[in-house]
Amino acid sequence: MATAHSRTAARLMVSPAVILLFLWMIVPLGMTIYFSFLRYNLLTPGTSFAGFDNYYYFLTNPAFWDALRNTITLVVGVLIITVFGGIGLALLLDQPMWGQGIVRVLVIAPFFVMPTVSALVWKNMFMNPVNGMFAHIAKAIGLQPYDFLSQSPLASIILIVAWSWLPFSTLILLTALQSLDREQQEAAEMDGASWLMRFWYLTVPHLTRSITVVILIQTIFLLSVFAEILVTTNGGPGTASTNIPFLVYAQSLLSFDVGGGSAGGIVAVILANIVAVFLMRMIGKNLDA
Amino acid sequence: MARKSTHTRKIAVTIIAWAIGFVIFFPILWTILMSFKSEGDAIKAPMAMLAAPWSFESYAEVQARSNYSLHFMNSVILSVGSTLLALIIAVPAAWAMAFVPGKRTKDLLMWMLSTKMMPAVGVLVPMYLIFRNFGLLDSRSGLVVVLTLINLPIVIWMLYTYFKEIPGEILEAARMDGASLRAEILYVLTPMAVPGIASTMLLNIILAWNEAFWTLQLTTHDAAPLTQFIASYSSPEGLFYAKLSAASTMAIAPILILGWFSQKQLVRGLTFGAVK
Amino acid sequence: MKMTLRALFGATVSLTLAGAAMAETTITVATVNNGDMIRMQGLMDDFYAKNPDIKVNWVTLEENALRQKVTTDIATKGGQFDVLTIGTYEVPIWGKAGWLVSLNDLPADYDAADLLPAIAGGLTVDGNLYASPFYGESSMVMYRKDLMEAAGLTMPDAPTWADIKAAAAAMTDKDKEQYGICLRGKAGWGENMAFLTAMSNSFGAKWFDMDWHAQFDQKPWADTLAFYLDLMNNYGPPGASNNGFNENLALFQQGHCGMWIDATVAASFVTGKDSTVGDKVGFALAPDNGLGKRGNWLWAWSLAIPAGTQKADAAKAFVNWATNKDYLALVASKEGWANVPPGTRSSLYANEEYAKIPFAKMTLDSINAADPTHPTVDPVPYTGVQFVAIPEFQGIATAVGQQFSAALAGTTSAADALAAAQALTTTEMTKAGYVK
Repeated sequence: MATAHSRTAARLMVSPAVILLFLWMIVPLGMTIYFSFLRYNLLTPGTSFAGFDNYYYFLTNPAFWDALRNTITLVVGVLIITVFGGIGLALLLDQPMWGQGIVRVLVIAPFFVMPTVSALVWKNMFMNPVNGMFAHIAKAIGLQPYDFLSQSPLASIILIVAWSWLPFSTLILLTALQSLDREQQEAAEMDGASWLMRFWYLTVPHLTRSITVVILIQTIFLLSVFAEILVTTNGGPGTASTNIPFLVYAQSLLSFDVGGGSAGGIVAVILANIVAVFLMRMIGKNLDA
Repeated sequence: MARKSTHTRKIAVTIIAWAIGFVIFFPILWTILMSFKSEGDAIKAPMAMLAAPWSFESYAEVQARSNYSLHFMNSVILSVGSTLLALIIAVPAAWAMAFVPGKRTKDLLMWMLSTKMMPAVGVLVPMYLIFRNFGLLDSRSGLVVVLTLINLPIVIWMLYTYFKEIPGEILEAARMDGASLRAEILYVLTPMAVPGIASTMLLNIILAWNEAFWTLQLTTHDAAPLTQFIASYSSPEGLFYAKLSAASTMAIAPILILGWFSQKQLVRGLTFGAVK
Repeated sequence: MKMTLRALFGATVSLTLAGAAMAETTITVATVNNGDMIRMQGLMDDFYAKNPDIKVNWVTLEENALRQKVTTDIATKGGQFDVLTIGTYEVPIWGKAGWLVSLNDLPADYDAADLLPAIAGGLTVDGNLYASPFYGESSMVMYRKDLMEAAGLTMPDAPTWADIKAAAAAMTDKDKEQYGICLRGKAGWGENMAFLTAMSNSFGAKWFDMDWHAQFDQKPWADTLAFYLDLMNNYGPPGASNNGFNENLALFQQGHCGMWIDATVAASFVTGKDSTVGDKVGFALAPDNGLGKRGNWLWAWSLAIPAGTQKADAAKAFVNWATNKDYLALVASKEGWANVPPGTRSSLYANEEYAKIPFAKMTLDSINAADPTHPTVDPVPYTGVQFVAIPEFQGIATAVGQQFSAALAGTTSAADALAAAQALTTTEMTKAGYVK
C-alpha cells in the first residue's frame, strides 16, 4: 500500500519528533556520563578525573540496595492497588445507577491534583498523628493514633500515590468495559453461565490489553515518583522510603555532589531501561495481537 | 419480580458507588472545606472544625502574600503552550507511524517511551547549565520546550493508537478519488481524528499543569507556575493548615474544573489502543 | 533579549550618578517562608517610598527548596537572583569561594559596629562582611509555667539535662495528649542534626577529631543519643521522627508540649496570637552537663548578594533597608516590638521598650553563650556550633540525620544508627579527601 513517495513523506513527518527526542535524551545524558567520571562538587571549586570512583561509592552505598528494593515495592504496590481497585471500580461504575456522571466525576478527581498538593494534604490533614483526621478518628473511638509516616512510611506513600493513580486505571478500564460485546454477555447469561464465569471467560480476556496499557504507562511514571517522598518523609526514617530517584536527589542536591549524583543518574537510567525492555516485550506482544 | 430485583440492585449499586466516590473524593472536599476556616479552627477535631464559623481570611492572606494571577497565567501558558507544540510535532509523526508503518515503527515507539524513564534529578545540573548558556533560565519559552519534550512520547503514542483505529480503507478511497496527501490529511483524516486529538490535548494539559520538578527548578519568578506558588506554603512556621488548604484549592481548582467539564472528551481517547 | 536588558540596566546603574533619575531596576530576592520574611514583604511600601526606582520580585520558598535552588544557581553562576537569604553555614564557605559581594561598603547609617559580635563574626571572612543578618537566633528552653507549677517544680534559668528530664517526666500526661518534651526528630542537617549536634556539644561529643576522623564510635555520642531517645520515647509526642521546627511549633502552640528546646525566634510565635498558651510560657538557657558547653546553637538568616549580579547597587540598597536599625523601628511601629526580627543588633537590646519583652534577655544571653569558633569541649579542626562549616557537611549530616531519625522511630537501634553514621561519615570524608 505504501509507495516510495509516501515512505519519504512519512519519514519527513516522523523525523522532527525523533530528532528532538534524540537530542533531549543524548545531550543531558552525554553530559551526565561525562560528569559521572569527575570528582565534581558544586560547592568546591575545580573538578578532577575520578575514574569509576563515583560508581563504586554509589553502588556500595548500603542505601542503594534499600532504594532499589523500595523502588520495586513502590511500583508493584501501587500497580496492584490501582489495577485491582481499578477493575473493581470500573465494574461498579459500569452498572446502571442513579447519578453515574456525578460519581464518575468524584472518582476521577484525584487525577487532577498535583503530586505536591496531594502529598501535603495527606501528610498534614490526614496522616499527622496529632492534628490529622485519622488521629482524630482514632482518638474518638479510644485508640492510640497511629503514626503512619514514621511507622509505615513506604506503605503510606504507596497509599498516597495509588490514590492519585486509581482514577487513571479506572477510566481506562471503564472505557474498555463499555466496549464489551453486550450481546455475547447476554447470550452467555442465557446459557446459564454464572457471573463469575462470565467475568473470567469474557470480561477478563477483554480487559487484558487495557491492563497492560495501565501497567506500562503507570510504571513509567511510578519509577520516577519523587515529589510525594520529598514532601512527606524525605526518604526516611533511615532509608525506609528512599527510592532510586530520591537517592540520586540526595546525592546531587543535598550533598551537591554532581559527580556522585551523575553516576547515580546513569545507574538509574540503566535500571529503568532494563525495566523498559521487560515491559516493551510484554506490551509489544499484547498490542500486536 | 425481575423488575423489582433489578430495582433493588440499582439502589444497592447506587449507594455503594456513591459511598466509594465520596471516600475517594473526600481528601479534596476536606481541603476545600478547611480553606474556609480560620487557622485556629482548622486543626480542631473534624466535627468541631465543621461547626466553626466560615471565613475567607485564608484566601485574603494568600492573595496578599502571593501573586496568584502571575502564577496562574504562567501555568496556563506553560501547559497550553507545551501541549500545542507537542501536538504540532506529534500529529505528523503519529500519522506517519500509523499509516505508513515500517519494520522499525514499533521499536521507535518503544524507544520514545523509554526516554521518559530517565530520572529528572539525575540530569538537573546539565540541564541547568544548558539553560544558563542559552539564557533560558526563568523563561516561559525554555520551559515550554522542556514540558513538550517530557510529554511528547505519551502524546505520540496516544495519537498513534488512536490513528491506527481509523480504517485504512477510507484513506484508500480518498486516494482513489485523487485526493492529495494534504487533502487526505485535512479533509478525511482530521475530522475523524479530532476526538483523539482533543483527548490527547486534555491529558497533556493535565500532565503539564501538574509537573512539579522542572517547573520548580528552572524558574524563579517571571515564569514560575502554580507549583512554585504551592512551594511557598508547604511548611511555614506556625499554624498553616487553613492557608495551605486555600493555596491548594487555588492551585488545583482550575484544572479540576477543566477536567470535570471535559471528562467525556478526555475518556474517549484514553484507550491507548487497548480497545478494539 | 533578557540578557541585553539586564546588561542595560546594569550599565544604567553604574553610569548614573547617585541621586540622578534612572530607569527602574528590578531585583529578584530569594527568601525563606518564615514569619519575619513574610512580614517584611508586607512592609515593602516603605522601601518603595525610599527607593522609587527599584522594584523587588520575591521568590518565597520553603527552606530546603530555597537552599537547593539558591545553591544550584550560585554554584553554576546562573545569575537568577540579586539578593539571597542564606545562613551562617553557607556564608563562610561561599565567601571563601568568592561567590558573594562584600558588604563592607554599605552606607554609614547601616552601622556595622552595632551588629552583635557573635553573629557578625559568623558572617565575616577575612575581614569582609559577606552577608547582613536579618534575624539571629540561638536555641533555648521554652516551657509551660503553669504545668511546672502544677507539678511542683521550678525551672532554673540555666538548667542541666537532669533538670530537663525530671521536668519532662513530671509534666507528661499522655491521656491528656500532654507530652513533657518536644524536640526535633525529622531528618535533616538543619532539623534533627542541628539540635543533636548542639546537644552533643554539651555532652562533650564532637563530629571530628583533629585529623578529621568521625567520632560517632565514641562514648559521648552514644550518651547523647541514648539520652535523647530516652527523653523522646518516654515523654515525647507520637510521630516525633517527622517533627521539625514547624511541627513542634504547632504542637506547642496547641498546648501539647511541656517543654520545647528550639530556636529563640520561636519565642515570639509561642507567645503570639496563634498560640493557645501565649501567657504561660517561660524561658531558660539550653541545658548543659557541667562540662562547660551548653546545648545551644547559633544561626542567622542573612541577606547576601551573589558576585555575578549586574545590579549590586540596587541589591545593596535593599539589603541596607531590610537590615538596618530603621527597619527594626518600622516593624515596631507597625506590628509591635515583639515582632521585630531579633538577635542582630546590640542597640535593640539596649532599647528599653524591647527589654520589656519577656524573651528578650534570654535570647541575647543564649546568643552570647554560643561560640562558633570553639564549639566543643575538646579542640576540633572546624567551626560552627550545630554544623561543621565544610561543603560536605549538608550531605553527610542529612544521611546521619536519617539514621538518628530511624532510631527515634524505632526502626533501627541506637547502636546500629551510630555504627551506620560512623561508616557513612568515614566514607564521605575519605571520598572528599579529608582522611588520608
